Amino acid sequence: MLSIQNLHACIGDRKILKGLSLEVRAGEVHAIMGPNGSGKSTLASVLAGRAGYEVTEGRVLYLGQDLLALEPEERARAGLFLAFQYPVEIPGVNNAYLLKAALNAVRRQRGLPELDAFDFLALIRGKMKLMQMDESFLNRGVNEGFSGGEKKRNEILQMAVIEPRLALLDETDSGLDIDALRVVAKGVNSLRGPERAIVMVTHYQRLLDHIEPDFVHVLSDGQILKSGDKSLALELERRGYDWVRQEARVA
Amino acid sequence: MSSSQHDLDALVAQKYRHGFVTDIESDTVPPGLDEDVIRLISRKKGEPQFMLDWRLKAYRHWLTMRAPDWAQLRISPIDYQAISYYSAPKKKDGPKSLNEVDPKLLATYEKLGVPLHERARLAGVAVDAVFDSVSVATTFKDKLASVGVIFCPFSDAVRDHPSLVERYLGSVVPATDNFFAALNSAVFSDGSFVYVPKGVRCPMELSTYFRINAANTGQFERTLIVADEGAYVSYLEGCTAPMRDENQLHAAVVELVAERDAQIKYSTVQNWYPGDENGVGGIYNFVTKRGECRGADSRISWTQVETGSAITWKYPSCVLLGENSVGEFYSVALANHYQQADTGTKMIHIGRNTRSTIVSKGISAGRGQNTYRGLVRILPSAEGARNHTQCDSLLMGDRCGAHTFPYMEIKHPSAVVEHEATTSKIADDQLFYCRSRGISEEDAVNMIVNGFCKAVFKELPMEFAVEAQNLLSVSLEGAVG
Repeated sequence: MLSIQNLHACIGDRKILKGLSLEVRAGEVHAIMGPNGSGKSTLASVLAGRAGYEVTEGRVLYLGQDLLALEPEERARAGLFLAFQYPVEIPGVNNAYLLKAALNAVRRQRGLPELDAFDFLALIRGKMKLMQMDESFLNRGVNEGFSGGEKKRNEILQMAVIEPRLALLDETDSGLDIDALRVVAKGVNSLRGPERAIVMVTHYQRLLDHIEPDFVHVLSDGQILKSGDKSLALELERRGYDWVRQEARVA
Repeated sequence: MSSSQHDLDALVAQKYRHGFVTDIESDTVPPGLDEDVIRLISRKKGEPQFMLDWRLKAYRHWLTMRAPDWAQLRISPIDYQAISYYSAPKKKDGPKSLNEVDPKLLATYEKLGVPLHERARLAGVAVDAVFDSVSVATTFKDKLASVGVIFCPFSDAVRDHPSLVERYLGSVVPATDNFFAALNSAVFSDGSFVYVPKGVRCPMELSTYFRINAANTGQFERTLIVADEGAYVSYLEGCTAPMRDENQLHAAVVELVAERDAQIKYSTVQNWYPGDENGVGGIYNFVTKRGECRGADSRISWTQVETGSAITWKYPSCVLLGENSVGEFYSVALANHYQQADTGTKMIHIGRNTRSTIVSKGISAGRGQNTYRGLVRILPSAEGARNHTQCDSLLMGDRCGAHTFPYMEIKHPSAVVEHEATTSKIADDQLFYCRSRGISEEDAVNMIVNGFCKAVFKELPMEFAVEAQNLLSVSLEGAVG
């Protein structure tokens, strides 16, 4: 579904990704772990199409097409979803309004009829229950005055409504208490399925206790140094990242 | 992301949608202004002596005045002798009904989407349509008359209700008030007159669509709205103008009088030709709008959405005379391309426990310059006065400007005056967030701008709010910074 081949990317003069490769197939859940500054969030940003990053080498295929050639909205309509590390506030713009516009943009692309207000409300009520969110959230401004945890929950709500093919979760666990983490994990797990892939970027093992990955990758200095199954995450938790770097150097 | 200068330039290419000229023979006075022209205007309109005297007095005072230069505006000098001060569609007699109205005129309104026929009735809107300087059609007059509401062209009011006109005209904006108001008082052609008698709640929204048509014709509208004790009226003003190369001067005066316990809501959507993408042409909009809360517990609300005109010079104000009276100003002003807007309000607190609210949202794009200029004056008599002001500016691109000049004069120690101001750019983060949800850049901009303006739009009557949102979308098509 997603094939990242020798990806190099920089911000200005600063090289961040230095030959990153990764294969993700439908139905898989991948966790990308790594220390601060290793390039985790850059990877998520480049895949989603955020401005300010320059790809200098390599390519990314998504469902067989050149992902990097698409505008951010085209990527979203093609089924890519990024759950933001820091969701932005958009004052005055109704949360439900944005979500309905987003859902219908994706539905149009899939050749499905747009949902009207009633069908949309019925759909979103169910999803909000799953995310344990109060309906009053719908009528508030997008992320306006939300707590950190509420913002993250709102991201997963959007994901649950839009039902993407490929979900990128950028540090979704940061700033969440244990209860909120459980709710968010439940939302993500509800989306697991043979047609869908999930790529999680995270610092900590703790998210992986709740969302069990099929693969764990260690990202350091812009490259994936080591890949394994979920036991790798536990080892990282125990031993830190240094040994992986040393191992890589030796190799 | 493609939010580059290139895209900004693409926005600049956007054309004014209402650019067309209706070909109707006009009865136009040759350019120039002197006392004879004023006498001619007054005679053409069959005015009583007091009107002519009033005009002449205003004119003589105007001659002693100079055009104001304190605004944050660059205005090329205006040759007042090059302007024609009277233009009317050629007609032997005024139309008695819509059937008598020139079909071309009606077609023009059709293009503008003015609901003049059944649409008007369905929408519950009475339209006093002003074409150039003379009102040609007024609907719903009878229904309004049955509750005693007078809503008619100003010239009719001068003829049919001279005592009301004489009593209230110039009582809020004196003929000598300022340069443009004095000019208007001398040469005003027509406008609307509204009188809502004691205790009457006007049964419908009153609406006027202005349209400037004949080339080189300055428009000098005069509007007077009086809400007598306990009365309520909501008035809507909407404007579009055809495309033109010369700058056109528009110097209107609007006076509102709210007696005890009365309420006036005045809403404007202004969409005059702003000039082309190079700053050529466009309307000069120099308006004096002022309301007086004369009686206790009265309330006046100004709501404006200003998207048009090359230059806007406009400060809808409230004089809060009556105890516990309330003044409100809600404004969205957009300056795109080379547009310049210097707009805001004055809240003059005179009575005890008077309150005012100011919410101003300025949007600057292209090379537009947007200025908020506001005065909150609390006089020694205004014990317990309160004001809350909120001024927010939104910038799109890096070649536009936002300026804020809040003046406050507080002469009573019990006054509570608050001022909040913010300036923001449409953040790349916000745009990217929307786009990463599958929403196009253009829709995202509209969404964010409409969100920014929400506090003002919710003050508009429903149909108008929709119109205002559409107008803003059209005016900002492709505007990404």
